[in-house]
Amino acid sequence: MEIQRKVKYEQELDKAFLAEIKRSSHCEEIDRCIQCGTCSSSCPMSIYMDYPPRKIIGLVKNGFKEEVLKSFTLWLCSSCYTCQVRCPAKIRITDVMYALKRKAIETKVYPARFSIPVLDKEMSKIISKNGRNSEMWLILKLYLKSRQPLSLLKMAPLGLKLMKAGRMSLKKQSIKNKKQLRTLLKAIKENG
Amino acid sequence: MNGYVYFPGCSLKENSKHYEESMLPVFKEMGLPLEELTDWNCCGATAYFSVDDTMAAAICGRNLSLAEKQGKDIVAPCAGCYLTLKKSNNYLLSGQGRAPKILNALKQAGCEYGGRVKVKHPLEVLVKDVGLDAVRKKVRHKLTGLRVACYYGCQLVRPFTDFDDPDYPTTLDALMEALGAEPVDFSAKTRCCGGLLTGTIENVGLRLNYLLLKEAKRKGADVMVTICPLCLFNLELLQGKIIKTFKDDVQMPIFFFSQLLGLALGLSQDDLGFSRSVIPLKAFWEKIRNGGHHV
Repeated sequence: MEIQRKVKYEQELDKAFLAEIKRSSHCEEIDRCIQCGTCSSSCPMSIYMDYPPRKIIGLVKNGFKEEVLKSFTLWLCSSCYTCQVRCPAKIRITDVMYALKRKAIETKVYPARFSIPVLDKEMSKIISKNGRNSEMWLILKLYLKSRQPLSLLKMAPLGLKLMKAGRMSLKKQSIKNKKQLRTLLKAIKENG
Repeated sequence: MNGYVYFPGCSLKENSKHYEESMLPVFKEMGLPLEELTDWNCCGATAYFSVDDTMAAAICGRNLSLAEKQGKDIVAPCAGCYLTLKKSNNYLLSGQGRAPKILNALKQAGCEYGGRVKVKHPLEVLVKDVGLDAVRKKVRHKLTGLRVACYYGCQLVRPFTDFDDPDYPTTLDALMEALGAEPVDFSAKTRCCGGLLTGTIENVGLRLNYLLLKEAKRKGADVMVTICPLCLFNLELLQGKIIKTFKDDVQMPIFFFSQLLGLALGLSQDDLGFSRSVIPLKAFWEKIRNGGHHV
């Protein structure tokens, strides 16, 4: 077994990372963090996380970019906003997690085959194209893209139950004025 | 704005059809018939905000603009749609960050938004605007003896706390009480169900939902009511797997609050989507027949 250094030297940190995140929407207050840990103790997911929310904020503030963006934590956050309403420093922690998710997707450093970013991307694509999500197609795409066809088979009984109750259809949903949506998204891209 | 327009979102057209099927007749009965927002697009939920927040706010802006053209405020029954639309609305009105650019892009696409629309949840409209007294007057069949665990989940009460408490909300309990049902002291009422995680990291999702069902059972609830399609999906459709995994019989019907409301208002049970439940409802119907009484 190779023994590796467990600390980082100061010159290895990304000093610009904090400023980068602070520029994202709703993340301006991040450096007010007093490391009290209210977020971590409130989080229903923290027992599964590699770095609980308090540590993530600390790591962001100190430039541990790689550790943060590769962390499972970002993808375990289910947007329940408990940390956000309880934070005594009024940091919008859930929105910070969103900013970090976007950064991880942008720099393609999320854990490979991890299906949450795949789901996020596929759903956004479907909505951008058709204006509406189609649940069945999203599930199919999710399992194909995250290369888990076996999981799809395991889902089959559930799918049948839903079909029987009239709660799932193969029909692709769509808005009428797709042209308007395209124009809107194009205008955002050009002026963004 | 004068009156409300209904924003279904993807769930109420597919896996949660019974939410729409019960919500629309209930609002009609309460004298507030809802028309659907013309050519609405999906809100983007948590997914779009994880990929591109500017685009995400822009597509919500299109919906807000459509509602403004119809001269109405938005009622969004899905907690995800409610939060996403409300959050985007606040952002667009804040004038901060990319908000001015988004408003400009909306104008270019022919869906200019002047910022006059409010986004509300139907529970908020019923309890705050219509009022519980008006509901009580319309009750035809009291749900006496039915013990209900009111599950609010996350996104209805957080991060926006202007309509109920973020930790221990009570509006849904008060509504159920007005129908003659008995809300139990459900301490897990705002604990997260895991949202989309149940589809992506199943073992985590199963445990979160098991904790909710177990707590509801422990408090003696006959049924659980929810206000969110994703919560209902997780709590109802994972039940079989949860019972097997944790070797604990936590089976319990999960309803949308509008289904029980419709029943109490005396609407026909066939029109409220009860047949779409995948959990057996025999014990529930017995309780309704034996316990409930006509007013």
